[in-house]
Amino acid sequence: MYTQGLDQKEQSSDKRDALESAADLEAFQKRIDAEQKIEAKDWMPAAYRRTLVRQISQHAHSEIIGMQPEGNWLTRAPTLKRKAILLAKVQDEAGHGLYLYGAGETLGTSRDEMIADLLSGKAKYSSIFNYPTLTWADMGAIGWLVDGAAIMNQIPLCRCSYGPYARAMVRICKEESFHQRQGFDIMRELCRGTDEQKAMAQDALNRWWWPSIMMFGPSDKDSKHSAQSMAWKIKRFSNDELRQKFIDVTVPQADFLGLRVPDDDLAFDDETGHYRFGAIDWSELNDVIAGNGPCNKQRIAKRRKAHDDGAWVREAAIAYGEKHATKAAA
Amino acid sequence: MTKDETLLAYVLRLGDNALILGQRMIEVVTTYPELEEELANANLALDYIGQARLFYTYAGKLEGKNRGEDALAFLRDGGEFRNLLLLEQPNGHFGDMMARQVLFESFYLLQLEALEQCDDSQLAEIAVRAAKEIRYHLRHGAQWLVRLGDGTDTSHARVQQSITDYWQYTGEMFVADNVDQAFAEFFAGPDLEAIHQQWQVNVAAILDEATLTMPGDEWMASGGKRGRHSEHLGYLIAEMQFLQRAYPGANW
Repeated sequence: MYTQGLDQKEQSSDKRDALESAADLEAFQKRIDAEQKIEAKDWMPAAYRRTLVRQISQHAHSEIIGMQPEGNWLTRAPTLKRKAILLAKVQDEAGHGLYLYGAGETLGTSRDEMIADLLSGKAKYSSIFNYPTLTWADMGAIGWLVDGAAIMNQIPLCRCSYGPYARAMVRICKEESFHQRQGFDIMRELCRGTDEQKAMAQDALNRWWWPSIMMFGPSDKDSKHSAQSMAWKIKRFSNDELRQKFIDVTVPQADFLGLRVPDDDLAFDDETGHYRFGAIDWSELNDVIAGNGPCNKQRIAKRRKAHDDGAWVREAAIAYGEKHATKAAA
Repeated sequence: MTKDETLLAYVLRLGDNALILGQRMIEVVTTYPELEEELANANLALDYIGQARLFYTYAGKLEGKNRGEDALAFLRDGGEFRNLLLLEQPNGHFGDMMARQVLFESFYLLQLEALEQCDDSQLAEIAVRAAKEIRYHLRHGAQWLVRLGDGTDTSHARVQQSITDYWQYTGEMFVADNVDQAFAEFFAGPDLEAIHQQWQVNVAAILDEATLTMPGDEWMASGGKRGRHSEHLGYLIAEMQFLQRAYPGANW
């Protein structure tokens, strides 16, 4: 379905939002505080809607762009079983993109608009997908670390105050945890394998570790969207809390694999029960966000090309639909 | 050709067709015109990889030389593959993909339906399962062919060209060679002449609805079934087998 029909909703909701009164806002916050789910047709502040559209569409775009780094190894997967699992995973990502665009559309922004923003560079996607997948071990590292980090971020979203998003996340999280396990399984097999395979696994961890822990976003003190999102219960835990949780869970897994986490300052703190870790080089993340990661241009160029190359197919489908609607009406 | 050799050769061919087409479909992941089609393509490719695994595992058992699905997929060279030439042709645009899918699957579904009745129960079992999947694939491909054929002038011209270009590779499907003949004899296998007639009728109906013209049966390419391939297969194999060849004996 091509969703032009949805484009018109935005205007009317803008009109409503201009009338936001203190009483409306207070009543809304009360509902949030009472853990009631906000549904598509419910009144909501314009900023709440904007925040969700931004977050949900970024999430959808991340799923779609995220298909590329893994798609890069589909044709070279080392066994038929691994090929099938990886293909199923990439397919799941397309499916997640679909549910998420669907959740976004409930807020009055069409999938076409969201995709146009991705292609124009206006909308962002997770910077992690701007790193290249250089060896098969990267399929393991992405599943283990990137999906592992994504799950930490996403499980709390299953309780997000916006109903359609929360429900989409329940489905997505189930599949993500399978993805994480298959990634870890690739790493385990490599670490049990030859010296060359083990070196491949270590190299992948070296390259993916820091980008993965940066996936939780800027430190709490620098995070510009956090406080309001927490008040609206879109977000349940802070970036730093989630990052710490991820590190605490992941370091013992690296130990189990016999791999070294590339952080000389990493140490378990008996007092706090958490791992202390080294300083994060935020300038690298900022560079990637600014468009200067290793694969930013490549990823977007590929998506644009797919979109442009498919224009004649979409046009044909519409023309066919119109012709046959006319015939049916006649 | 003994009965055992015949069955092995026949099952391997089925596996090769499934794997090579599956691999071609995988190559276009992330390039499709619409998210729904991205999902469909991955889904259908996954069916083919699954079928290849079933055929190869069975072939390995029949062969009795301790070769599993991966040895058959990753450690044979191009000349040992027995897939149809049609399936190894490089990918073109979306219309090319749909045209190839419809031409092949219109044959493959009839082949599988015949195999459901063959005298080898294990192969018949795999055929039942695969036929279910391919029936769905064919419906999907045919719907697209109709939409593209009867869509815009551009889409009509493009997909007509796709059908015309691939037509020369369809003849090979219906020429019964020694393996097909022996399989028909020993195992009550498919009658390729009957399948050809039915295929003509079915494909003509789809093309007709799509307002496309069926090309005439002129010169037909052949060779895939006896391991004489096009130049394209070597690259597909090199890419697919890279890790197994670069790290011999490793487990993944």
